[in-house]
Amino acid sequence: MFKWLHPLAKPETLYRFCGHLFPWLMLSALTILLVGNVWGLVFAPQDYQQFDTVRIMYIHVPSALLSMSTYTMMAIAAFIALVWQVKVAQWSVLAIAPIGAVFTAISLLTGMAWGKPMWGTWWEWDARLTSQLILLFLYLGVIALYGAFSDRQTGGKVASLLAVIGVVNVPIIHFSVEWWHTLHQGASIMKFDTPSVHPSMLWPLLISLLGFYLLMLALVCLRLRTAILEHEQHRPWVRATLGGH
Amino acid sequence: MQFDSFSDFLAMGGYGFYIWLAYGLTYGLLVGLAGYCFWELKAFHQNFRQKLARAQRVKQYQETEHP
Repeated sequence: MFKWLHPLAKPETLYRFCGHLFPWLMLSALTILLVGNVWGLVFAPQDYQQFDTVRIMYIHVPSALLSMSTYTMMAIAAFIALVWQVKVAQWSVLAIAPIGAVFTAISLLTGMAWGKPMWGTWWEWDARLTSQLILLFLYLGVIALYGAFSDRQTGGKVASLLAVIGVVNVPIIHFSVEWWHTLHQGASIMKFDTPSVHPSMLWPLLISLLGFYLLMLALVCLRLRTAILEHEQHRPWVRATLGGH
Repeated sequence: MQFDSFSDFLAMGGYGFYIWLAYGLTYGLLVGLAGYCFWELKAFHQNFRQKLARAQRVKQYQETEHP
């Protein structure tokens, strides 16, 4: 696997690899997302307690799961950047951060739109909601720290450090519904015994989740390409690829 | 199919506002994010091309003789 992975540490190879991957990721993401969400909105049944508001689940749960796995991905890249000084890992931290921030914001906003009719409030300072808000601030902190240094390398290092330290929040979010009393319901899919969601709702949910995942990967590919070009613009290969003459 | 008519679908059993608010915000943000990512790449290309052209002009100027 490392034999296959190692060449991707070279910016030029990674740039081309992401370029090949991007159209397929984007196309499959849009198709799968459309199938999953239309299934969830039109064909999936109502919940016996939550009626039609359960349809918010098909965007809320995927975006919330994505916000955490995107953060983990960013933290792994940050760790690689700090320990092995891999340039492209450093750049991917900053390529990933805004995408993760948007997914976190989506999970918070859709949660609010679901909370108002079901819990009677848009927002409550309870464990799950607060720890998710902290995740959003961690993403924004990574972006802001990077921008706060005039030297890009120092900024990248400090931002990576925060990304690695902040990963402690991910298990806190996941277990917050067990550790504290909270309005939020417990886990339904990410647990060790079988999921407690009926197949008629589970399938559109899993398909939507896959669609969100592919969309995240597509956008990361796109931003990573831009980042590679920006950092490498004085190298001959960029001129040869883009210049044409 | 869970709905009898299109207006039934829009109403979502009385919860239409919250559901369409959630979906609207989600896709609004996602389209915005994707647009921003594409714009970044396009902006880089434009900037890069301008820089190349400028370097070319400077080179041309230096190569011609100036009495």
